[in-house]
Amino acid sequence: MNRSSMWEAVSGVVKRDLLLAMRRRSDAAMSVFFLVIVASLFPLGVGPEPAVLKTIGPGVLWVAALLACLLSLSRVFTADYVDGALEQMVLVPQPLAVLVAGKVFAHWLISGLPVVLLSPLLGLQFGLDGEPLGVLVLSLLLGTPTLSMIGAIGAALVLGVRGSGLLVALLVLPLYVPVLIFGAGAVTGSMAGVGGEANLSLLGASLVLSLFLAPWATAAAIRIALE
Amino acid sequence: MNWSKYSAPQAFYPLAGRLIPWFAVVAVALMGVGLYMGFFVAPTDFQQGESYRIIFVHVPAAWMSMFLYVVMAIWAGVGMGLNARLSFMMAQAIAPTGAMFTFLALLTGAMWGKPTWGAWWVWDARLTSELILLFQYAGVMLLRTSIDDMRRADRSSAVFSLVGVVNVPIIYFSVQWWNTLHQGASVSMSTGSKMAATMLMAMLIMTVAFWLYSIAVILARVRCIVVERDSLPVWDEKLAVIQEAVEAR
Repeated sequence: MNRSSMWEAVSGVVKRDLLLAMRRRSDAAMSVFFLVIVASLFPLGVGPEPAVLKTIGPGVLWVAALLACLLSLSRVFTADYVDGALEQMVLVPQPLAVLVAGKVFAHWLISGLPVVLLSPLLGLQFGLDGEPLGVLVLSLLLGTPTLSMIGAIGAALVLGVRGSGLLVALLVLPLYVPVLIFGAGAVTGSMAGVGGEANLSLLGASLVLSLFLAPWATAAAIRIALE
Repeated sequence: MNWSKYSAPQAFYPLAGRLIPWFAVVAVALMGVGLYMGFFVAPTDFQQGESYRIIFVHVPAAWMSMFLYVVMAIWAGVGMGLNARLSFMMAQAIAPTGAMFTFLALLTGAMWGKPTWGAWWVWDARLTSELILLFQYAGVMLLRTSIDDMRRADRSSAVFSLVGVVNVPIIYFSVQWWNTLHQGASVSMSTGSKMAATMLMAMLIMTVAFWLYSIAVILARVRCIVVERDSLPVWDEKLAVIQEAVEAR
């Protein structure tokens, strides 16, 4: 198998998933609206003091991004699992892990990237501005692909399992803890004046590690689910 | 002697039955000695007074909670690699005991934290990572029980335990950089121990006791799992009864 056929297979998977998402635009819009609503509930809950909102802002936005990613996880594999497309992906000569990486990338484009693009607006709602706002966007840009990568493992593990929506949350949320800490830490660090570089580097390291390991774990989980 | 025959659940079942009493008796004996040393022989701490004595349960429980997770993941990995049913059964049997020790470590930690730090719970690095370890144990067990097909349940929870083993050290270091209030380790391989000899002795005895207790409980649970999964009669007892009946004739 040559390299170009592998590349074609991956880009085919990405294009197909993007096309499917375009046909059902409301699905993708839902996780974005979810993010906006969750982020807007916090000021209503804790009160409108700007100082308080500024302190909790990075954490709240990161938790909201994490939950938005979690809610969209069921879309990564479920439809393909039900209609049998996933079985075809296991059968093709290209390695499953590479195709999985393509599917996760498409998932990030659909549900992760809108979160990144929307985050400056939500950051302004919480009184973030200047450098911290930029760090927030950058941390989400580095962190949300990791969330998709780790989440795909959970999504594959619960394929066709009863109560899978809650189960995937229980499996994946503990694994999200480091990303949350680094991401929110980068923004708070930049607000405190110590800079967010260290945490951003750690986010980058998490991304590289998850890019390297998660597709294989996900592929293993898919094979188990399809046995 | 051919040890590999014990990888068959049928052969392992009676062996486990014979081993359990030994581990259980020694575990109880050592627990008695360790607790006696901890509560009556070890000197009172000049800073923390008597409240420190909970470490004789707390520290061994915390060690066991992390150690058992690794052992569980190793069995899961062996099961995936060799496709051995008994390995998956071992992994399944270890999870509840590991979760119990994690909970015990958290509970005793809270009981110690109240008089010492003045709070039942603080968001300190070790407490947080121990809490997340508990979540991961829960995840492994819940994933297993949600899948009806036994083969898939085994393999899926194995994948999740292995993912968790990569994640636990990352969580540990991330929360450590995030916030630390917990006192530094008093026992370390490189610098030796800073505690009194009797304290260390009692703690090590308790660790060995917890370790043997875990083995006994896990073996007993593996026996239950073997019987449950293969829906077979309880072999050795049943066989003995049948044999007796045959001989009596």
